[in-house]
Amino acid sequence: MLPQVPIAAYLILAAILFSVGVAAFLIKRNLITIFMSIELMLNAVNLTFVAFAHMWHQLSGQIFVFFVMVVAAAEAAVGLAIIIAIFRTRETLNVDQIDLMKS
Amino acid sequence: MQLALFLIFGGLAVAGALNLLLQRHPINSALSLVVVMMSLAVLYWSLGAEFLAASQVIVYSGAIMVFFVFVIMLLNAGEEERTTGSRAAYLVGFPGAAAIFCLLSFVFLSERKALGYTNIGGYLNHVTSNISEISTILFTKLLLPFEVTSILILVAILGAVVLARKEQ
Repeated sequence: MLPQVPIAAYLILAAILFSVGVAAFLIKRNLITIFMSIELMLNAVNLTFVAFAHMWHQLSGQIFVFFVMVVAAAEAAVGLAIIIAIFRTRETLNVDQIDLMKS
Repeated sequence: MQLALFLIFGGLAVAGALNLLLQRHPINSALSLVVVMMSLAVLYWSLGAEFLAASQVIVYSGAIMVFFVFVIMLLNAGEEERTTGSRAAYLVGFPGAAAIFCLLSFVFLSERKALGYTNIGGYLNHVTSNISEISTILFTKLLLPFEVTSILILVAILGAVVLARKEQ
């Protein structure tokens, strides 16, 4: 009998990755790094989907992960284009200095 | 086997995520995010999602991360500076993330018995192959959402081109 891993272990790993992503999202001051932490959070959620799909012997979770990947790819393209546009006008990537909407 | 894979690549994923948080330079964060995504691909494979493991490597660590590294180099982004705003973010960020982690792990641990255990490879009911089953569902029942994603990608490409274009 091979040693088995509880599904809860996978879910807790996903929770760790998600909370590290949340912390990076709040703490980081660089626009690109903030964007990367969003990708990290998406990946953590994908891991829970795959773990639950394994648990129920169903494919719906895996197909949902596929759609999440598609949306993440589209989001990365648009988001990085927005970052480039912001960098052109403001000459900075620091979120504290990007306050166009303030006041 | 399953336990060894989980321990090695789960530890690698956590280490990569923490490295993303601690590194100051964005290119180091991007490279550690590649480590996280690669080890998540191995974990998907160990959970019986071979198709997703392949597409994780191709889409995430291939396409999206190359895109990130490309933009970092294009903008010549340097190390991030600590400003007054970051102190407030520290005060809110770490307790908030810890609260989310505690809540999630409490729920998962209290339901641990009901969640059960994993098997290597992960089997589906009366299915020969993971990929054939995914493609069958994707091209019959979920054909419309699948086609809509292509429109989404097209709109995203057009939007990216319009946004990144130089102003005349």
